[in-house]
Amino acid sequence: MSEVKKIATRESYGNALAELGKLHDDVIVLDADLAGATKTGTFKKAFPERFIDCGIAESNLMGVAAGIATTGKVPFASSFAMFAAGRAFEQVRNSIGYPKNNVKIGATHAGISVGEDGATHQCNEDIALMRTIPGMVVISPSDDIEAKAAVFAAYEHQGPVYLRFGRLAVPVINDNPDYKFEIGKGIVLREGKDVTIIANGLEVSESLEAAEKLAADGIDAKVINIHTIKPLDEELVLAAAKETGKVVTVEEHSVIGGLGSAVCDVLSEKCPTQVLKIGVQDVFGESGPAKELIKKYGLDAESIYNKVKEFVK
Amino acid sequence: MNKLELMKTANEVRKGIVTAVYNAKSGHPGGSLSAADIYTYLFFEEMNIDPADPKKADRDRFVLSKGHTAPGYYSTLANRGFFPVEDLKTLRHTGSYLQGHPDMKHIPGVDMSSGSLGQGISAAVGMAISAKISGDDYRVYTLLGDGEIQEGQVWEASMLAGFKKLDNLVVIVDNNNLQIDGPIDEVNSPYPIDKKFEAFNFHVINIDGHDFDAIDAAFKEARETKGMPTAIIAKTVKGKNVSFMENQAGWHGKAPNEEEYKIAMADLEKVGEALCQK
Repeated sequence: MSEVKKIATRESYGNALAELGKLHDDVIVLDADLAGATKTGTFKKAFPERFIDCGIAESNLMGVAAGIATTGKVPFASSFAMFAAGRAFEQVRNSIGYPKNNVKIGATHAGISVGEDGATHQCNEDIALMRTIPGMVVISPSDDIEAKAAVFAAYEHQGPVYLRFGRLAVPVINDNPDYKFEIGKGIVLREGKDVTIIANGLEVSESLEAAEKLAADGIDAKVINIHTIKPLDEELVLAAAKETGKVVTVEEHSVIGGLGSAVCDVLSEKCPTQVLKIGVQDVFGESGPAKELIKKYGLDAESIYNKVKEFVK
Repeated sequence: MNKLELMKTANEVRKGIVTAVYNAKSGHPGGSLSAADIYTYLFFEEMNIDPADPKKADRDRFVLSKGHTAPGYYSTLANRGFFPVEDLKTLRHTGSYLQGHPDMKHIPGVDMSSGSLGQGISAAVGMAISAKISGDDYRVYTLLGDGEIQEGQVWEASMLAGFKKLDNLVVIVDNNNLQIDGPIDEVNSPYPIDKKFEAFNFHVINIDGHDFDAIDAAFKEARETKGMPTAIIAKTVKGKNVSFMENQAGWHGKAPNEEEYKIAMADLEKVGEALCQK
C-alpha cells in the first residue's frame, strides 16, 4: 500500500471550498479559530472577504451561519466534530435543523484517529447525534475524491448537511472513471456472495484490504461504501442483505447510533439479518498515534478480517 | 404614526396578546406585554417591511431572541397586516401555524425560528454580517430578554458584533427585571447590563421602554451611530397594563382563566378609552 496516494479528507474539504468559492460567490465559510486545522485557511486566503472567523465560540458560529443562510447565501460552518456536533448540538438542531436553514456543517477531526489529543477530542458520537435531527443529511466520505464531491453535492443540496472529515491521511480509493457521487446512493466496491461489509470514512479502505485477505481464505465478501448515512441507501442495503445473508458494518464511530445502527434500523424492519457491528465499542478513547489506536480499538484491516472470518464461520 | 396612534396600536397589540394566550390556555403573557410598545414601534414605525411582500429582499430583519414572547410578536404582525388578527385565537393549537415559539417556515413576517434562549442574537449577527458582505443596506433588529442574557451565547454573539462593527444591528433588551424564578438580580444578576454591552463595543442607550418619545429617539440615535452596533436597554414593566399581571413573576408563563381574562380585557379597554380622551 506504500505506493498509494494518501490525503486527509480535511485537506480535501479546504481545497474543495476554495474551488467552490471560485464558482459561486454566495459561498461563505465560517470557522472557530481552527482554520489551520480544518483547512478552511485555504478558502480564507483566496476569499478573505467571505471568510468569518467567529473565534472560539462554536454555539455562536452555528447561529451566525443560520442567520447568513436566511439571507440566501450558503454558509459552511467549520469546526472539529466534537464541537460542531457535540458542543453546538442544540444550536444545530434549533437554529439550523428545525428551520431547515441551508447551512453546511464541515466537521473535521472526527473519530478516534484524531489520535494524541485523546478522548476529549475523539468524537465517536457525531453521526448518532446528527442522524436524529429531522431532515439533516449526514455524509462521511472515504477519501479525497469523495470528500471533494461531497462538498460540491452539499452545496447543490437545499437544506442542512453534516459533512464528516478525518485528520489522518487516508488512501485515495475512488480514483476510477466509473466513480459517481450522489447523496443517498451507496457504492458497491467489490462483489461477493458470502457476506456484505458496509463501511464509510477511513474504514472503507480498511474493509477493502480485509476483503482481499478474506478472499485468500476463500471467503467472498461484498464491500459497500455507504458515504451517506442519512438518507441511507435502503434499497442497496436490503438487496445486499438478501444476496449475502450476513452483514457487517464498519465505522470509525461508536457502534451505538452510527452506521451500524442505521443499517440495523432498516434490516430489522424489512429483512431481519444477522449483523456484526464493528466500530468503537461503548468506551472512550485514549491518547496515541492514530494508526495504533485504530489497531487497538479493532478498526484496522487485520482486526476486521479476523472478526468477519469468525462471523461467517 | 404619531405618539397617540402608537399608544393606541400598542393597546390593541396587548389585547391580542391576552386573547391569544387565553385561547391557547398556555403561553407567555408577562414578557409579551412588557415589550408591546417596542414591538409596536419597530413594526409600525421603524422597520422597512411590507405585509403584502413579507420576504422582499431589501426588508429590515427582526429576530425575536426571547422567542417565548411570541404572543407579542404575533399580535404585532397580525395588527400590522401580516395575517388575520382572528388567527391569534389559534395560538398553540394543534395544526395552527402559530407555534408556541416563532417558526420562520410557516408564519408570514417571521425571519428566524427562535425560542431556545441565546440563539436568536447569533442569527441576527449572521444576517447583519451577510448584509455587510454583500453591501446590502437593510438593518437587523433583535429583542432579548434580560434573563436571557445569562446565556453565554449572547456574549459570544455580542463579542463578534462589536468586533465586526455591525452598525446595521440593533439589540434591544427588554429589561422587565423578572425571570421565571424571580427577580433577575436575585437569580443571577446580569447588572450592569449597559456596562456589559459597552465593554463589548456597543453604543448603549438606556430608555424607558414604555415612553414612545424615548423609544423614537433611541432608534433614531441607533440609525445615526456608525462603526458600532447599538444596544437599547429598555426598562419595562412585566405584564404592563394588566393590573394583576404587572410586576408578577408568576405571569411569565401562565394563561389567564375566564375571570382573569375578563379583568385583563377590561383593564385594556380602560387604557384604550383613556387614550381616546386625549
